[in-house]
Amino acid sequence: MNKTLNQKAWYFVIPVFALVAFNAVVPLMTVVNYSFQETFGSNVFQWEGTRWFKEILHSERFHASLGRQFIFTFIILLIQLPLGIAIALTMPKKGWGVPVCLILMSMPLLIPWNVVGAMWNIFALPDIGFLGNSLNSLGFDYNFTQQSGDAWFTTILMDVWHWTSLVVLLSYAGLNSIQPAYYQAAEIDGASRWDVFRYIELPKMKKVLTLAILLRFMDSFMIYTEPFVLTGGGPGNATNFLSLDLVKMALGQFDLGPAAAMSLIYFLIVLLMCWVFYSLMMKDEGRT
Amino acid sequence: MPLFFEAKLQIINMSLELKNVEKKVGIETHIYSTNLKLEKNTINVLLGSTLAGKTTLMQIMAGLDKPTSGEIWFNGENVTGKEVQKRNCSMVYQQFINYPNFTVFENIASPLKITGVKPDEINKRVGKVAELLKLSAMLNKKPDELSGGQQQRTALARALVKDSDLILLDEPLANLDFKLREELREELPKLFEDRDCIVVYATTEPLDALMIGGNTATLLEGNVIQYGKTLDVYSKPENLISAKVFSDPPMNIAEITKSGEIFKLKDNDVQWKSNVKIKDGNYKIGIRPHNITTYKEGNNSVEINGKVLISELSGSESLIHFTNGKLNWVSLSNGIQQKNIGENTKLFMNVDEFLYFDINNRLVTNG
Repeated sequence: MNKTLNQKAWYFVIPVFALVAFNAVVPLMTVVNYSFQETFGSNVFQWEGTRWFKEILHSERFHASLGRQFIFTFIILLIQLPLGIAIALTMPKKGWGVPVCLILMSMPLLIPWNVVGAMWNIFALPDIGFLGNSLNSLGFDYNFTQQSGDAWFTTILMDVWHWTSLVVLLSYAGLNSIQPAYYQAAEIDGASRWDVFRYIELPKMKKVLTLAILLRFMDSFMIYTEPFVLTGGGPGNATNFLSLDLVKMALGQFDLGPAAAMSLIYFLIVLLMCWVFYSLMMKDEGRT
Repeated sequence: MPLFFEAKLQIINMSLELKNVEKKVGIETHIYSTNLKLEKNTINVLLGSTLAGKTTLMQIMAGLDKPTSGEIWFNGENVTGKEVQKRNCSMVYQQFINYPNFTVFENIASPLKITGVKPDEINKRVGKVAELLKLSAMLNKKPDELSGGQQQRTALARALVKDSDLILLDEPLANLDFKLREELREELPKLFEDRDCIVVYATTEPLDALMIGGNTATLLEGNVIQYGKTLDVYSKPENLISAKVFSDPPMNIAEITKSGEIFKLKDNDVQWKSNVKIKDGNYKIGIRPHNITTYKEGNNSVEINGKVLISELSGSESLIHFTNGKLNWVSLSNGIQQKNIGENTKLFMNVDEFLYFDINNRLVTNG
């Protein structure tokens, strides 16, 4: 093997390297820098070591918002996945109903996130909002700005409305890629509707569903805009999710050191979950 | 149980009969009124191009689809409205259809499990079928770990394991590569040899029909053109359409006139003598490509000149397309016959193998 030595080729990597450095490495390193120091403005820094990390990891406030974040993500996955699959199963496979359904389904996905928040805020207002007013006149004591249960209910409802479509579209694509012969073969075998779902549709949708879980997990774990506009984390701290809490700490209280440490922990959690999902997906890939 | 089974065999003369079966979808007719009787222990090939109605016909036979009009009789019973689950049939498709998260064993066992066969019996039968289809070593693998050929073997095993009365194979070899196709095509007729069932095999390839043997029905655009013993249909096509369907490469067709002993191509002066006993007049001849060769074959051959359009070599055979008069001709010779495009060449037609059709495209006589 005569390999031509041409180290000059590395020069071509420089632009990409510079770009990545400026939009990822430098900001990240700045955060790392802040997370180990204390600052009082005017560029005065004082080395603090791992103090902020210890503080954050032991802080009840962080535990609470992280817990809320996991509960929220868990609940919306639990609702959106089965609901999305169920809707996809009932969608027509041919005819004029297909484009109608697809357009209806993609509509919520096209609305900017802050608009979704504002929409639901007005929609759910207990006095003038359609949802809030209707619930109250039906005899429910509903007020999402004051009762934490109602705030959670509204936030989850909003997220389900906004994002179930994504699961629906992915599942629908998965379902449509199943050849009709599979259904015929099952019919000849005398399989029930449940058998068809369990042994043909679900396994055939496995890949798109893994993708759907991954996307929905990431998005909901980093949710910020919609609850910020809808509840602002309230009432009290009831819907104060991780990202909301982080921004409050960094910009509201200007605790840059702890906020930076929290950012890094947040980042590592997301990275870890990504890695877990990725390896789960790749495990199946490797087998094929 | 065995006693009952034997009794059943003795009493009933198994057959599948389509009576005036017709299938319309909207304003389109997919199957025109069809009568067909398939006997037990036969392999029946449905031969026709895509959209000829092979799959529709099979789905009607299986009960997956209902005919618009007409009846289906099975073993002397009208089964037209009977659901597919209640008929004892199995089907293999062009795509390799297996349950994706079942192992090969579970896949093969699936039709038995649903009907509640005992585990010992399942093990025994799956083992037997797996051995027959050379799958014994792969019973614990999942379908996506197998090659295409093995996946299709699994699907075949699933169809064979349940002792169906009717086994439908819808172009089962179409998605396999050449070598696997040849291999499986050879095995197929053997698999059904000592089974009490009716096998229906759909294919687009005349060669498949010839190799599988049994009976063949030629189909074109929703019509069954001819049904009979495969070799009969091949050597004595009732009409030109059936002959065309059952010829690959396509059959050469030319108009001729006959007066006395002399037969002459209308288009030019190629002529030959034959003692075929038909009235003087106008006819059409059908000549299969392998009866036009670059060398003399048979006792009675006639020369034809042609200008080479294209010549293709495929292993041990040479396909030469040429023009003579206004017509394009196809010839198939053994060996490698290198011809250049535009070259004028001399070929020989085997007169004894000519098929003569009248002007209404009906076979008059052959040879």
